[in-house]
Amino acid sequence: MSETLLRCEGLTRRWGGLVAVDGVSLDFALGQVHAVIGTNGAGKSTLINMLSGEIPPSAGTVALMGEDVTGWTQPRRARAGLGRSYQRNTIFPNFSVLENCRLAAQATYQHPWAWWQAASRCERSLGAAREASARAGLNDALDRPAGLLSHGQKRQLEIAMCLATSPKVLLLDEPLAGMGAEETERMLALLSELRAGHATLLVEHDMDAVFRIADWITVMVNGAVIASARPESIRNDPAVQAAYLGGH
Amino acid sequence: MTGMPWGKQAFVAAAALALAVLPLLTGSFGIDLVTKIMIFAILALSLELLVGMTGLVCFGQAALFGLAGYAAVRLSPESDSASMWWLLPACIGVSGLYALFMGALSLRTKGVYFIMVTLAFAQMAYYVVHDTPLGGGTDGIYLYFKPTLAIGIWTIVDLDKPLPFYYLVLVCLLGVFAKLALLARSRFGRALAGIHANEQRMRAAGYSTYPYKLAAFVVSGCIAGLAGFLFAVKDGFVNPELLSWHQSGAVLIMIILGGLGHLRGAVLGAFAFTLLQELFQSEAVFGPFAKHWHLSLGLIIIAGVALLPNGLIGLPALVRQRLFGESK
Repeated sequence: MSETLLRCEGLTRRWGGLVAVDGVSLDFALGQVHAVIGTNGAGKSTLINMLSGEIPPSAGTVALMGEDVTGWTQPRRARAGLGRSYQRNTIFPNFSVLENCRLAAQATYQHPWAWWQAASRCERSLGAAREASARAGLNDALDRPAGLLSHGQKRQLEIAMCLATSPKVLLLDEPLAGMGAEETERMLALLSELRAGHATLLVEHDMDAVFRIADWITVMVNGAVIASARPESIRNDPAVQAAYLGGH
Repeated sequence: MTGMPWGKQAFVAAAALALAVLPLLTGSFGIDLVTKIMIFAILALSLELLVGMTGLVCFGQAALFGLAGYAAVRLSPESDSASMWWLLPACIGVSGLYALFMGALSLRTKGVYFIMVTLAFAQMAYYVVHDTPLGGGTDGIYLYFKPTLAIGIWTIVDLDKPLPFYYLVLVCLLGVFAKLALLARSRFGRALAGIHANEQRMRAAGYSTYPYKLAAFVVSGCIAGLAGFLFAVKDGFVNPELLSWHQSGAVLIMIILGGLGHLRGAVLGAFAFTLLQELFQSEAVFGPFAKHWHLSLGLIIIAGVALLPNGLIGLPALVRQRLFGESK
Protein backbone atom coordinates (compact mmCIF):
# COMPACT_ATOMS: atom_id res chain seq x y z
CA MET A 1 0.00 0.00 0.00
CA SER A 2 1.43 3.36 -0.98
CA GLU A 3 1.38 6.55 1.02
CA THR A 4 -2.03 7.86 2.09
CA LEU A 5 -2.33 11.57 1.28
CA LEU A 6 -5.94 12.21 2.22
CA ARG A 7 -7.99 10.36 4.80
CA CYS A 8 -11.43 10.94 6.22
CA GLU A 9 -12.86 9.20 9.25
CA GLY A 10 -16.49 9.02 10.29
CA LEU A 11 -17.30 11.96 8.02
CA THR A 12 -20.97 12.87 8.46
CA ARG A 13 -23.18 15.69 7.23
CA ARG A 14 -26.76 16.20 8.35
CA TRP A 15 -29.12 18.71 6.78
CA GLY A 16 -31.82 18.98 9.39
CA GLY A 17 -33.22 15.47 9.67
CA LEU A 18 -31.62 14.25 6.45
CA VAL A 19 -28.29 12.48 6.67
CA ALA A 20 -26.55 13.30 3.38
CA VAL A 21 -23.26 11.62 4.25
CA ASP A 22 -23.23 9.02 7.00
CA GLY A 23 -19.99 8.10 8.75
CA VAL A 24 -17.77 7.74 5.69
CA SER A 25 -14.16 6.65 6.28
CA LEU A 26 -11.92 6.50 3.21
CA ASP A 27 -8.23 6.64 2.27
CA PHE A 28 -6.81 8.25 -0.84
CA ALA A 29 -3.30 7.11 -1.68
CA LEU A 30 -0.57 8.51 -3.89
CA GLY A 31 -0.58 6.90 -7.32
CA GLN A 32 -4.16 5.71 -7.13
CA VAL A 33 -7.36 6.76 -8.83
CA HIS A 34 -10.07 6.19 -6.25
CA ALA A 35 -13.51 6.41 -7.81
CA VAL A 36 -16.62 7.15 -5.76
CA ILE A 37 -19.80 6.08 -7.49
CA GLY A 38 -23.45 6.12 -6.53
CA THR A 39 -26.82 7.28 -7.77
CA ASN A 40 -27.88 10.93 -7.74
CA GLY A 41 -28.36 12.01 -4.16
CA ALA A 42 -26.04 9.35 -2.77
CA GLY A 43 -23.95 12.09 -1.13
CA LYS A 44 -20.93 12.13 -3.45
CA SER A 45 -20.90 15.89 -3.98
CA THR A 46 -21.45 16.57 -0.27
CA LEU A 47 -18.51 14.27 0.44
CA ILE A 48 -16.26 16.18 -1.99
CA ASN A 49 -17.42 19.49 -0.54
CA MET A 50 -16.52 18.36 2.97
CA LEU A 51 -13.12 17.08 1.85
CA SER A 52 -12.34 20.33 0.04
CA GLY A 53 -13.57 22.43 2.96
CA GLU A 54 -16.57 24.11 1.36
CA ILE A 55 -19.02 22.52 3.80
CA PRO A 56 -18.12 21.89 7.44
CA PRO A 57 -18.87 18.30 8.53
CA SER A 58 -21.41 17.58 11.26
CA ALA A 59 -19.02 14.95 12.60
CA GLY A 60 -15.79 13.22 11.64
CA THR A 61 -12.32 14.32 10.63
CA VAL A 62 -10.30 15.01 7.48
CA ALA A 63 -6.53 14.55 7.44
CA LEU A 64 -4.31 15.87 4.65
CA MET A 65 -0.83 14.31 4.52
CA GLY A 66 -1.12 13.22 8.11
CA GLU A 67 -2.30 16.58 9.44
CA ASP A 68 -5.80 17.14 10.82
CA VAL A 69 -7.32 19.81 8.54
CA THR A 70 -10.95 19.47 9.67
CA GLY A 71 -11.04 23.05 10.96
CA TRP A 72 -9.18 24.56 8.00
CA THR A 73 -10.89 26.80 5.45
CA GLN A 74 -11.01 25.77 1.82
CA PRO A 75 -8.31 28.27 0.69
CA ARG A 76 -5.93 27.02 3.36
CA ARG A 77 -6.49 23.39 2.36
CA ALA A 78 -6.01 24.36 -1.29
CA ARG A 79 -2.68 26.00 -0.51
CA ALA A 80 -1.65 22.87 1.38
CA GLY A 81 -2.09 20.78 -1.78
CA LEU A 82 -5.77 19.96 -2.15
CA GLY A 83 -6.98 20.76 -5.66
CA ARG A 84 -10.49 20.34 -6.92
CA SER A 85 -12.47 20.67 -10.11
CA TYR A 86 -16.17 21.28 -10.31
CA GLN A 87 -19.05 19.44 -11.93
CA ARG A 88 -20.26 22.62 -13.59
CA ASN A 89 -17.70 24.70 -15.44
CA THR A 90 -16.29 27.28 -13.07
CA ILE A 91 -13.78 28.83 -15.42
CA PHE A 92 -13.44 32.61 -15.87
CA PRO A 93 -15.12 32.98 -19.29
CA ASN A 94 -13.81 36.48 -20.08
CA PHE A 95 -10.17 35.68 -19.38
CA SER A 96 -7.87 33.92 -21.83
CA VAL A 97 -7.06 30.25 -21.26
CA LEU A 98 -3.56 31.17 -20.13
CA GLU A 99 -4.87 33.83 -17.73
CA ASN A 100 -7.32 31.32 -16.23
CA CYS A 101 -4.40 29.02 -15.43
CA ARG A 102 -2.09 31.85 -14.43
CA LEU A 103 -4.59 33.22 -11.94
CA ALA A 104 -4.99 29.76 -10.42
CA ALA A 105 -1.20 29.38 -10.26
CA GLN A 106 -0.87 32.81 -8.66
CA ALA A 107 -2.59 31.36 -5.59
CA THR A 108 0.70 29.69 -4.68
CA TYR A 109 2.58 33.01 -5.00
CA GLN A 110 0.10 35.74 -4.15
CA HIS A 111 2.25 38.75 -3.13
CA PRO A 112 -0.71 41.14 -3.31
CA TRP A 113 1.20 44.09 -1.84
CA ALA A 114 3.52 44.40 -4.87
CA TRP A 115 0.92 46.42 -6.75
CA TRP A 116 3.40 48.03 -9.13
CA GLN A 117 4.36 44.68 -10.67
CA ALA A 118 2.32 43.55 -13.65
CA ALA A 119 0.70 40.17 -13.12
CA SER A 120 1.14 39.36 -16.80
CA ARG A 121 4.90 39.40 -16.23
CA CYS A 122 4.81 37.21 -13.14
CA GLU A 123 7.18 34.47 -14.34
CA ARG A 124 6.41 32.11 -11.49
CA SER A 125 2.70 31.92 -12.16
CA LEU A 126 3.20 32.04 -15.94
CA GLY A 127 5.57 29.09 -15.84
CA ALA A 128 3.16 26.98 -13.80
CA ALA A 129 0.26 28.06 -16.01
CA ARG A 130 2.04 27.11 -19.25
CA GLU A 131 3.03 23.74 -17.83
CA ALA A 132 -0.48 23.01 -16.57
CA SER A 133 -2.18 23.99 -19.82
CA ALA A 134 0.32 21.93 -21.81
CA ARG A 135 -0.36 18.87 -19.65
CA ALA A 136 -4.10 19.32 -20.10
CA GLY A 137 -3.62 19.58 -23.88
CA LEU A 138 -4.59 23.24 -24.27
CA ASN A 139 -1.38 24.48 -25.87
CA ASP A 140 -3.12 25.60 -29.06
CA ALA A 141 -5.75 27.64 -27.26
CA LEU A 142 -3.70 29.70 -24.79
CA ASP A 143 -4.83 33.10 -26.05
CA ARG A 144 -8.48 32.27 -26.64
CA PRO A 145 -11.12 33.63 -24.27
CA ALA A 146 -12.11 30.65 -22.12
CA GLY A 147 -15.80 31.27 -22.77
CA LEU A 148 -15.32 30.45 -26.47
CA LEU A 149 -13.84 26.98 -25.91
CA SER A 150 -15.74 23.81 -26.78
CA HIS A 151 -17.37 21.99 -23.89
CA GLY A 152 -14.64 19.36 -23.82
CA GLN A 153 -11.91 22.00 -23.79
CA LYS A 154 -13.64 23.78 -20.92
CA ARG A 155 -13.51 20.53 -18.94
CA GLN A 156 -9.80 20.25 -19.80
CA LEU A 157 -9.33 23.82 -18.62
CA GLU A 158 -10.99 22.95 -15.30
CA ILE A 159 -8.34 20.27 -14.82
CA ALA A 160 -5.56 22.60 -16.00
CA MET A 161 -6.60 25.26 -13.46
CA CYS A 162 -6.58 22.60 -10.80
CA LEU A 163 -3.09 21.43 -11.84
CA ALA A 164 -1.75 24.99 -12.00
CA THR A 165 -1.83 25.18 -8.19
CA SER A 166 0.51 22.12 -8.02
CA PRO A 167 -1.81 20.03 -5.86
CA LYS A 168 -0.94 16.66 -4.33
CA VAL A 169 -4.56 15.52 -4.09
CA LEU A 170 -7.06 15.91 -6.93
CA LEU A 171 -10.78 15.95 -6.18
CA LEU A 172 -12.46 15.65 -9.56
CA ASP A 173 -16.23 16.04 -9.69
CA GLU A 174 -17.51 14.41 -12.90
CA PRO A 175 -14.72 15.53 -15.24
CA LEU A 176 -16.29 13.51 -18.08
CA ALA A 177 -19.80 14.98 -17.81
CA GLY A 178 -21.25 15.84 -21.22
CA MET A 179 -18.17 14.78 -23.17
CA GLY A 180 -18.13 13.03 -26.55
CA ALA A 181 -16.34 9.72 -27.11
CA GLU A 182 -13.13 11.26 -28.41
CA GLU A 183 -13.00 13.88 -25.66
CA THR A 184 -13.59 11.16 -23.08
CA GLU A 185 -10.62 9.19 -24.44
CA ARG A 186 -8.39 12.23 -24.20
CA MET A 187 -9.51 12.99 -20.64
CA LEU A 188 -8.97 9.39 -19.54
CA ALA A 189 -5.46 9.45 -21.02
CA LEU A 190 -4.81 12.64 -19.06
CA LEU A 191 -6.16 11.15 -15.84
CA SER A 192 -3.96 8.05 -16.10
CA GLU A 193 -0.98 10.27 -16.81
CA LEU A 194 -1.73 12.26 -13.63
CA ARG A 195 -2.15 9.11 -11.58
CA ALA A 196 1.51 8.68 -10.66
CA GLY A 197 2.07 12.04 -9.00
CA HIS A 198 -1.27 12.48 -7.24
CA ALA A 199 -3.89 10.90 -5.06
CA THR A 200 -7.05 11.22 -7.15
CA LEU A 201 -10.66 11.09 -6.08
CA LEU A 202 -12.89 10.67 -9.09
CA VAL A 203 -16.65 11.10 -8.89
CA GLU A 204 -18.07 9.91 -12.18
CA HIS A 205 -21.28 8.56 -13.70
CA ASP A 206 -19.71 6.95 -16.76
CA MET A 207 -19.31 3.35 -15.50
CA ASP A 208 -17.22 2.11 -18.43
CA ALA A 209 -14.73 4.90 -17.80
CA VAL A 210 -14.70 4.27 -14.06
CA PHE A 211 -13.98 0.56 -14.43
CA ARG A 212 -11.26 1.27 -16.97
CA ILE A 213 -9.33 3.78 -14.94
CA ALA A 214 -10.02 3.27 -11.24
CA ASP A 215 -7.63 1.40 -8.96
CA TRP A 216 -10.18 1.39 -6.17
CA ILE A 217 -13.93 1.91 -6.17
CA THR A 218 -16.21 3.03 -3.37
CA VAL A 219 -19.97 2.69 -3.78
CA MET A 220 -22.29 5.00 -1.87
CA VAL A 221 -26.02 4.59 -1.34
CA ASN A 222 -28.08 7.08 0.68
CA GLY A 223 -24.99 8.71 2.15
CA ALA A 224 -23.34 5.51 3.37
CA VAL A 225 -20.56 3.39 1.89
CA ILE A 226 -21.89 -0.06 0.97
CA ALA A 227 -18.72 -1.33 -0.65
CA SER A 228 -15.11 -0.21 -1.08
CA ALA A 229 -12.77 -2.52 -2.94
CA ARG A 230 -10.82 -3.21 -6.14
CA PRO A 231 -12.88 -2.87 -9.34
CA GLU A 232 -13.10 -6.63 -9.98
CA SER A 233 -14.57 -7.29 -6.52
CA ILE A 234 -17.01 -4.39 -6.90
CA ARG A 235 -18.21 -5.74 -10.23
CA ASN A 236 -19.07 -9.08 -8.62
CA ASP A 237 -20.42 -7.75 -5.33
CA PRO A 238 -24.09 -8.81 -5.09
CA ALA A 239 -25.02 -5.90 -2.81
CA VAL A 240 -23.60 -3.38 -5.29
CA GLN A 241 -25.34 -5.07 -8.21
CA ALA A 242 -28.64 -5.00 -6.39
CA ALA A 243 -28.32 -1.42 -5.25
CA TYR A 244 -26.74 0.29 -8.18
CA LEU A 245 -25.24 -1.44 -11.15
CA GLY A 246 -28.42 -3.23 -12.15
CA GLY A 247 -26.56 -6.21 -13.57
CA HIS A 248 -23.93 -4.18 -15.37
CA MET B 1 -10.45 42.48 -22.30
CA THR B 2 -7.78 42.98 -24.96
CA GLY B 3 -9.22 46.22 -26.32
CA MET B 4 -6.80 48.61 -27.96
CA PRO B 5 -4.02 49.72 -25.65
CA TRP B 6 -2.82 52.44 -28.04
CA GLY B 7 -6.25 53.97 -28.39
CA LYS B 8 -6.67 53.84 -24.63
CA GLN B 9 -3.37 55.51 -23.90
CA ALA B 10 -3.97 58.17 -26.54
CA PHE B 11 -7.39 58.88 -25.07
CA VAL B 12 -6.05 59.23 -21.53
CA ALA B 13 -3.12 61.42 -22.66
CA ALA B 14 -5.41 63.66 -24.73
CA ALA B 15 -7.85 64.02 -21.84
CA ALA B 16 -5.05 64.87 -19.39
CA LEU B 17 -3.67 67.45 -21.81
CA ALA B 18 -7.11 68.97 -22.35
CA LEU B 19 -7.61 69.29 -18.59
CA ALA B 20 -4.16 70.87 -18.25
CA VAL B 21 -4.81 73.61 -20.83
CA LEU B 22 -8.48 74.13 -19.98
CA PRO B 23 -7.92 76.94 -17.43
CA LEU B 24 -6.28 79.00 -20.18
CA LEU B 25 -9.50 78.91 -22.18
CA THR B 26 -12.14 79.34 -19.53
CA GLY B 27 -13.00 81.82 -16.84
CA SER B 28 -13.28 81.37 -13.10
CA PHE B 29 -16.68 79.68 -13.42
CA GLY B 30 -15.18 77.00 -15.66
CA ILE B 31 -12.21 76.45 -13.38
CA ASP B 32 -14.48 76.11 -10.35
CA LEU B 33 -16.83 73.71 -12.14
CA VAL B 34 -14.09 71.46 -13.55
CA THR B 35 -12.31 71.41 -10.17
CA LYS B 36 -15.53 70.12 -8.62
CA ILE B 37 -15.96 67.56 -11.41
CA MET B 38 -12.41 66.28 -11.02
CA ILE B 39 -12.98 65.80 -7.28
CA PHE B 40 -16.11 63.79 -8.10
CA ALA B 41 -14.06 61.85 -10.66
CA ILE B 42 -11.63 60.84 -7.90
CA LEU B 43 -14.61 59.74 -5.80
CA ALA B 44 -16.05 57.83 -8.77
CA LEU B 45 -12.69 56.10 -9.31
CA SER B 46 -12.70 54.99 -5.66
CA LEU B 47 -16.10 53.38 -6.18
CA GLU B 48 -15.04 51.85 -9.50
CA LEU B 49 -12.36 49.91 -7.58
CA LEU B 50 -15.15 48.28 -5.56
CA VAL B 51 -17.99 47.95 -8.07
CA GLY B 52 -16.22 47.57 -11.40
CA MET B 53 -13.04 45.80 -10.37
CA THR B 54 -14.16 43.67 -7.42
CA GLY B 55 -17.90 43.33 -7.96
CA LEU B 56 -18.84 44.82 -4.59
CA VAL B 57 -21.78 47.19 -4.99
CA CYS B 58 -21.17 49.65 -2.16
CA PHE B 59 -23.99 52.06 -1.38
CA GLY B 60 -22.11 53.99 1.27
CA GLN B 61 -19.29 55.70 -0.56
CA ALA B 62 -20.55 59.16 0.43
CA ALA B 63 -19.80 58.42 4.09
CA LEU B 64 -16.14 57.77 3.30
CA PHE B 65 -16.12 60.95 1.21
CA GLY B 66 -17.85 63.16 3.75
CA LEU B 67 -16.02 61.92 6.84
CA ALA B 68 -12.69 63.05 5.41
CA GLY B 69 -14.26 66.41 4.59
CA TYR B 70 -15.47 66.78 8.17
CA ALA B 71 -12.09 65.64 9.46
CA ALA B 72 -10.40 68.35 7.37
CA VAL B 73 -12.55 71.00 9.04
CA ARG B 74 -12.53 69.58 12.55
CA LEU B 75 -8.82 68.80 12.71
CA SER B 76 -7.79 72.25 11.44
CA PRO B 77 -6.97 74.73 14.22
CA GLU B 78 -9.66 77.41 14.60
CA SER B 79 -7.48 80.47 14.20
CA ASP B 80 -4.67 79.27 12.02
CA SER B 81 -4.15 77.14 8.96
CA ALA B 82 -3.03 73.53 9.20
CA SER B 83 -0.19 72.05 7.20
CA MET B 84 -1.42 69.73 4.48
CA TRP B 85 1.52 67.42 5.19
CA TRP B 86 -0.21 66.07 8.26
CA LEU B 87 -3.82 67.12 7.64
CA LEU B 88 -4.23 65.18 4.38
CA PRO B 89 -2.87 61.86 5.77
CA ALA B 90 -5.03 62.35 8.86
CA CYS B 91 -8.19 62.86 6.77
CA ILE B 92 -7.36 59.89 4.55
CA GLY B 93 -6.70 57.91 7.72
CA VAL B 94 -10.14 58.76 9.12
CA SER B 95 -11.85 57.50 5.97
CA GLY B 96 -9.55 54.50 5.76
CA LEU B 97 -10.33 53.51 9.34
CA TYR B 98 -14.06 53.91 8.83
CA ALA B 99 -13.73 51.82 5.65
CA LEU B 100 -11.91 49.15 7.65
CA PHE B 101 -14.71 49.07 10.22
CA MET B 102 -17.46 49.21 7.60
CA GLY B 103 -15.80 46.65 5.33
CA ALA B 104 -14.86 44.21 8.07
CA LEU B 105 -18.52 43.82 9.01
CA SER B 106 -20.35 44.37 5.72
CA LEU B 107 -18.12 41.98 3.74
CA ARG B 108 -19.58 39.14 5.78
CA THR B 109 -22.72 39.60 3.70
CA LYS B 110 -23.27 39.24 -0.03
CA GLY B 111 -25.29 40.71 -2.86
CA VAL B 112 -28.28 42.83 -1.93
CA TYR B 113 -27.53 42.44 1.80
CA PHE B 114 -24.10 43.95 1.22
CA ILE B 115 -25.72 46.93 -0.49
CA MET B 116 -28.09 47.41 2.46
CA VAL B 117 -25.42 47.01 5.13
CA THR B 118 -23.08 49.52 3.48
CA LEU B 119 -26.03 51.91 3.23
CA ALA B 120 -26.72 51.41 6.92
CA PHE B 121 -23.12 52.23 7.86
CA ALA B 122 -23.26 55.34 5.72
CA GLN B 123 -26.51 56.46 7.35
CA MET B 124 -24.91 55.90 10.73
CA ALA B 125 -22.08 58.29 9.85
CA TYR B 126 -24.62 60.71 8.35
CA TYR B 127 -26.61 60.92 11.59
CA VAL B 128 -23.46 61.31 13.66
CA VAL B 129 -22.51 64.48 11.76
CA HIS B 130 -26.13 65.58 11.44
CA ASP B 131 -27.26 65.19 15.03
CA THR B 132 -24.22 65.53 17.29
CA PRO B 133 -22.20 68.59 18.29
CA LEU B 134 -19.25 66.95 16.53
CA GLY B 135 -20.75 67.66 13.11
CA GLY B 136 -22.39 71.03 13.69
CA GLY B 137 -25.86 69.99 12.57
CA THR B 138 -27.78 70.57 9.35
CA ASP B 139 -26.07 73.84 8.56
CA GLY B 140 -22.64 72.30 8.38
CA ILE B 141 -19.40 73.95 9.44
CA TYR B 142 -16.91 76.33 7.88
CA LEU B 143 -13.22 75.91 7.34
CA TYR B 144 -11.96 79.43 8.05
CA PHE B 145 -8.31 78.87 7.24
CA LYS B 146 -7.42 76.65 4.32
CA PRO B 147 -4.46 74.37 4.89
CA THR B 148 -1.06 75.29 3.51
CA LEU B 149 1.14 73.17 1.32
CA ALA B 150 4.65 74.44 1.97
CA ILE B 151 8.23 73.41 2.58
CA GLY B 152 9.62 75.76 5.22
CA ILE B 153 8.47 79.22 4.17
CA TRP B 154 8.18 78.32 0.50
CA THR B 155 4.54 77.74 -0.47
CA ILE B 156 4.27 75.03 -3.11
CA VAL B 157 0.56 75.44 -3.81
CA ASP B 158 -1.57 78.28 -2.52
CA LEU B 159 -4.83 76.47 -1.82
CA ASP B 160 -6.70 79.76 -1.48
CA LYS B 161 -6.31 80.53 -5.17
CA PRO B 162 -8.56 78.64 -7.61
CA LEU B 163 -5.97 78.09 -10.32
CA PRO B 164 -3.18 76.47 -8.25
CA PHE B 165 -5.86 74.43 -6.49
CA TYR B 166 -7.19 73.32 -9.88
CA TYR B 167 -3.77 71.92 -10.78
CA LEU B 168 -3.39 70.25 -7.39
CA VAL B 169 -6.71 68.46 -7.96
CA LEU B 170 -5.66 67.52 -11.50
CA VAL B 171 -2.42 66.02 -10.18
CA CYS B 172 -4.41 64.06 -7.57
CA LEU B 173 -6.81 62.79 -10.24
CA LEU B 174 -3.99 61.68 -12.53
CA GLY B 175 -2.19 60.09 -9.58
CA VAL B 176 -5.26 58.12 -8.49
CA PHE B 177 -5.94 57.08 -12.07
CA ALA B 178 -2.36 55.85 -12.52
CA LYS B 179 -2.39 54.10 -9.17
CA LEU B 180 -5.60 52.22 -10.00
CA ALA B 181 -4.41 51.41 -13.54
CA LEU B 182 -1.28 49.84 -12.05
CA LEU B 183 -3.33 48.09 -9.41
CA ALA B 184 -5.65 46.59 -12.01
CA ARG B 185 -2.82 44.85 -13.86
CA SER B 186 -1.00 43.72 -10.70
CA ARG B 187 -1.40 40.34 -9.03
CA PHE B 188 -3.69 41.99 -6.48
CA GLY B 189 -5.85 43.48 -9.24
CA ARG B 190 -6.06 40.21 -11.17
CA ALA B 191 -7.10 38.44 -7.97
CA LEU B 192 -9.86 41.04 -7.51
CA ALA B 193 -10.96 40.43 -11.11
CA GLY B 194 -11.07 36.71 -10.36
CA ILE B 195 -13.13 37.33 -7.23
CA HIS B 196 -15.48 39.46 -9.32
CA ALA B 197 -15.87 36.71 -11.92
CA ASN B 198 -16.14 33.70 -9.59
CA GLU B 199 -15.29 33.97 -5.94
CA GLN B 200 -15.89 30.27 -5.24
CA ARG B 201 -13.32 29.27 -7.86
CA MET B 202 -10.79 31.62 -6.32
CA ARG B 203 -11.29 30.03 -2.92
CA ALA B 204 -10.84 26.58 -4.46
CA ALA B 205 -7.56 27.73 -6.00
CA GLY B 206 -6.30 28.84 -2.57
CA TYR B 207 -7.19 32.51 -2.23
CA SER B 208 -8.59 33.68 1.09
CA THR B 209 -10.94 36.13 -0.57
CA TYR B 210 -12.07 38.07 2.51
CA PRO B 211 -8.74 39.87 3.14
CA TYR B 212 -8.56 40.75 -0.56
CA LYS B 213 -12.00 42.32 -0.52
CA LEU B 214 -11.26 44.12 2.75
CA ALA B 215 -8.01 45.52 1.34
CA ALA B 216 -9.89 46.76 -1.74
CA PHE B 217 -12.48 48.35 0.55
CA VAL B 218 -9.87 50.19 2.61
CA VAL B 219 -7.95 51.41 -0.46
CA SER B 220 -11.25 52.62 -1.89
CA GLY B 221 -12.04 54.37 1.39
CA CYS B 222 -8.68 56.14 1.37
CA ILE B 223 -9.22 57.40 -2.19
CA ALA B 224 -12.73 58.57 -1.31
CA GLY B 225 -11.11 60.31 1.68
CA LEU B 226 -8.71 62.14 -0.61
CA ALA B 227 -11.70 63.36 -2.64
CA GLY B 228 -13.52 64.43 0.53
CA PHE B 229 -10.51 66.36 1.77
CA LEU B 230 -10.19 68.20 -1.55
CA PHE B 231 -13.91 68.97 -1.56
CA ALA B 232 -13.82 70.50 1.91
CA VAL B 233 -10.77 72.60 1.03
CA LYS B 234 -12.31 73.74 -2.25
CA ASP B 235 -15.47 75.17 -0.74
CA GLY B 236 -14.17 75.82 2.76
CA PHE B 237 -17.43 74.34 3.96
CA VAL B 238 -18.95 70.94 4.73
CA ASN B 239 -22.52 69.90 5.46
CA PRO B 240 -24.23 66.56 6.13
CA GLU B 241 -25.42 66.31 2.51
CA LEU B 242 -21.91 65.17 1.59
CA LEU B 243 -22.62 61.94 3.48
CA SER B 244 -26.20 61.47 2.36
CA TRP B 245 -27.38 58.42 0.46
CA HIS B 246 -28.26 60.69 -2.46
CA GLN B 247 -24.56 61.35 -2.81
CA SER B 248 -23.75 57.61 -2.68
CA GLY B 249 -26.39 57.06 -5.35
CA ALA B 250 -25.03 59.86 -7.52
CA VAL B 251 -21.54 58.31 -7.53
CA LEU B 252 -23.01 54.92 -8.44
CA ILE B 253 -24.88 56.54 -11.33
CA MET B 254 -21.66 58.23 -12.46
CA ILE B 255 -19.77 54.97 -12.86
CA ILE B 256 -22.73 53.17 -14.44
CA LEU B 257 -23.33 56.04 -16.86
CA GLY B 258 -19.64 56.14 -17.76
CA GLY B 259 -19.31 52.39 -18.17
CA LEU B 260 -18.56 49.84 -15.45
CA GLY B 261 -15.26 47.99 -15.60
CA HIS B 262 -13.24 50.88 -17.01
CA LEU B 263 -11.35 53.55 -15.09
CA ARG B 264 -11.96 55.95 -17.99
CA GLY B 265 -15.67 55.23 -17.61
CA ALA B 266 -15.65 56.48 -14.02
CA VAL B 267 -14.02 59.77 -15.02
CA LEU B 268 -16.24 60.14 -18.07
CA GLY B 269 -19.31 59.43 -15.95
CA ALA B 270 -18.35 62.06 -13.37
CA PHE B 271 -18.05 64.64 -16.14
CA ALA B 272 -21.27 63.62 -17.90
CA PHE B 273 -23.33 63.45 -14.71
CA THR B 274 -22.17 66.78 -13.28
CA LEU B 275 -22.42 68.61 -16.60
CA LEU B 276 -25.93 67.27 -17.19
CA GLN B 277 -26.88 68.33 -13.70
CA GLU B 278 -25.53 71.85 -14.34
CA LEU B 279 -27.34 71.97 -17.67
CA PHE B 280 -30.73 70.98 -16.29
CA GLN B 281 -30.32 73.32 -13.31
CA SER B 282 -29.58 76.26 -15.59
CA GLU B 283 -32.43 78.76 -15.74
CA ALA B 284 -30.80 80.37 -18.75
CA VAL B 285 -31.50 77.21 -20.77
CA PHE B 286 -34.65 75.79 -19.24
CA GLY B 287 -36.27 78.84 -17.67
CA PRO B 288 -38.69 78.09 -14.84
CA PHE B 289 -38.56 74.37 -15.68
CA ALA B 290 -34.99 74.36 -14.30
CA LYS B 291 -36.33 73.83 -10.78
CA HIS B 292 -37.59 70.41 -11.92
CA TRP B 293 -34.03 69.40 -12.87
CA HIS B 294 -34.32 66.13 -10.93
CA LEU B 295 -36.96 64.99 -13.40
CA SER B 296 -35.01 65.87 -16.54
CA LEU B 297 -31.78 64.43 -15.14
CA GLY B 298 -33.59 61.23 -14.15
CA LEU B 299 -35.15 60.83 -17.59
CA ILE B 300 -31.88 61.37 -19.42
CA ILE B 301 -30.13 58.84 -17.15
CA ILE B 302 -32.85 56.25 -17.78
CA ALA B 303 -32.48 56.88 -21.50
CA GLY B 304 -28.70 56.67 -21.22
CA VAL B 305 -28.73 53.35 -19.40
CA ALA B 306 -31.34 51.91 -21.78
CA LEU B 307 -29.57 52.98 -24.97
CA LEU B 308 -25.97 52.50 -23.82
CA PRO B 309 -25.77 49.16 -22.04
CA ASN B 310 -21.99 49.54 -21.68
CA GLY B 311 -22.13 53.18 -20.70
CA LEU B 312 -20.52 56.12 -22.48
CA ILE B 313 -17.30 54.17 -22.85
CA GLY B 314 -19.15 51.69 -25.08
CA LEU B 315 -20.50 54.42 -27.36
CA PRO B 316 -17.78 54.29 -30.05
CA ALA B 317 -18.09 50.52 -30.36
CA LEU B 318 -21.88 50.83 -30.53
CA VAL B 319 -21.66 53.45 -33.28
CA ARG B 320 -19.15 51.36 -35.24
CA GLN B 321 -21.44 48.37 -34.96
CA ARG B 322 -24.49 50.32 -36.13
CA LEU B 323 -22.71 52.07 -38.99
CA PHE B 324 -20.55 49.28 -40.35
CA GLY B 325 -22.32 46.24 -38.98
CA GLU B 326 -19.07 45.18 -37.34
CA SER B 327 -19.58 42.47 -34.80
CA LYS B 328 -17.38 42.13 -31.79
